[in-house]
Amino acid sequence: MPLPYSEIVMEHFQNPRNVGRIEDPDAKAVEGSPACGDMVAVYLKVDEETHAITDIKFESYGCASNIATGSIITELAKGKTIEEAKEITWQQASEALGGLPPIKTHCSVLAVDGLRAAIQNYEERHGLVQERTPTDEEEIRRRLKHVMNPMVGLDLIRTKLVREVTLHEGQVRIAIALPPDHQFANNIREEIVEKIEPLWDVDHVEVEFVA
Amino acid sequence: MREHFIYLDNAAATRLDERVLEAMRPYLFDTYAVATSQFGYSLGIDAKDALDAARASLAASLGAGAEEFIFTSGDAESSNMALKGVAAALGEKKGRHMITTAIEDFPVLYSARTLQRQGFEISQVRLDETGRVDLDHLREIIRPDTILVSIQAANQEIGTLQDLDAIGAIVHERGALFHTDASHAYPRVPMDVRRTPVDLISVTAHLVHGPKGVGGLYIRQGTPLAKWMDGGFQEFNLRGGIENIPGAVGFAKAVELATPEETARLRALRDRAIARLLEIPQARLNGHPLHRLPHNANVSFRFVEGESVLLHLDLRGFAISTGSACFSRSLEGSHVILGIGGNHERAHGSVRLTFGRYNQDEDVDAVADALAEVVAALRKISPLGKEE
Repeated sequence: MPLPYSEIVMEHFQNPRNVGRIEDPDAKAVEGSPACGDMVAVYLKVDEETHAITDIKFESYGCASNIATGSIITELAKGKTIEEAKEITWQQASEALGGLPPIKTHCSVLAVDGLRAAIQNYEERHGLVQERTPTDEEEIRRRLKHVMNPMVGLDLIRTKLVREVTLHEGQVRIAIALPPDHQFANNIREEIVEKIEPLWDVDHVEVEFVA
Repeated sequence: MREHFIYLDNAAATRLDERVLEAMRPYLFDTYAVATSQFGYSLGIDAKDALDAARASLAASLGAGAEEFIFTSGDAESSNMALKGVAAALGEKKGRHMITTAIEDFPVLYSARTLQRQGFEISQVRLDETGRVDLDHLREIIRPDTILVSIQAANQEIGTLQDLDAIGAIVHERGALFHTDASHAYPRVPMDVRRTPVDLISVTAHLVHGPKGVGGLYIRQGTPLAKWMDGGFQEFNLRGGIENIPGAVGFAKAVELATPEETARLRALRDRAIARLLEIPQARLNGHPLHRLPHNANVSFRFVEGESVLLHLDLRGFAISTGSACFSRSLEGSHVILGIGGNHERAHGSVRLTFGRYNQDEDVDAVADALAEVVAALRKISPLGKEE
């Protein structure tokens, strides 16, 4: 049957590995949100001495690509050190799955982002963040790529909704090309704040709807 | 092909009925001539008779005269012809304003968009959360330069039926024309143009166990409509090109076979399906509970995504549909669920089952059991819906 998915994708979709929660995780992260569609949660147990990932679990609210990628990255990451696991790319995950349809890139990238965010969470919790590079507009725009426009399920950058980004002494202002009374204005604002405010040198995030 | 495949996507396409094929067969192999005038040869006269009989029968099913029904290649062409034909006939003479809804099926939705790019002004009438038109809002936005109001008879996804009598009365009172895309309602929801003030109706054969590639447009006598396709003088000089006589005959046969008794049977399947699906926790019905297509069930399940549900159902031998963005080629969530004020999440978890002639009671139970299992399994791996 000509399904768009490889046999490996279908196998992981039907029998996802390492699925569920770790009750007492050393780190966790959630990428995506219900308002936008896909969402992935990643939980880690990490050996404090060796930094090896001793246990990893994931949960997915998403399509087949999302579930299969979540499953494969847990297999790829398990046993690796967090430094090694950080380097796992979407391309590697996709290759390990025998390829993914190009249109599904977004859903599967989310799973890789989930792993990276969980590792980052571990590093932040354990004081392992070494160099603190000052936040710039590029970093903010990079993070805004992970905020979805719920009307279409694509990110704010791709749907060209970010009109302006300014930052000055820890004050970030982001102008979004949607009306203030837009159905999803609050959703989008919350998500932006959630993504930008944890940056170490950001004190306040202001989201303005300017359409 | 699987041994036991249960097809529950009859709002997308239906299986051809053998009796329809038998009705069409002579016009493919014996009476294959082009329809000719009464002064032509007998094979052509026979072909013309068959075309006329099919036309008369389909027109009568709508309470219309035979000269008010033309054949097209399907509902998409019919709706293109209605919107663009009225625009061409009245755009210069009367006005350039049209009214439609946000939840129309693609032929009307995109015909309106094309006209908008050409300088027509398109307004969308407000809907309630079941998808029914707000009649007061329609009264407010209709204007002297409104040439056409196009509002579907039934929604393709959530099955909501519109009150065509009330809408038509408002439209006619204000001197505009009324088109309805009835491709999902016809012929299961009875319509009679002697009672309903409607000027143009799009219908199609492929959703009623007829052949693909044939549909029709009802055109009330005297409705201004520009010629749609140049060619010969076929279809009352509105649509040139050789007539699809086997298709026309098949369409008429398909409509004849769709009896009220069968519709009642489908309604029972639908009600059973809705009741079973709403037994699943955190499920809600999309569309109107009563003003609803007799063969459509559409339910959203929270915390799960539709493409995953659909794929699991496919592996178990069921064909269903979803409004999830992940399922669409454009990665856009259902414009219908969003159009009735639903959010992306509700579109994401929506599942549509549409019933047809070849579905049985057992199919409803089987798909409800499968859906309950699949939804539970996906919720188990979902980060949502679990109390901390």
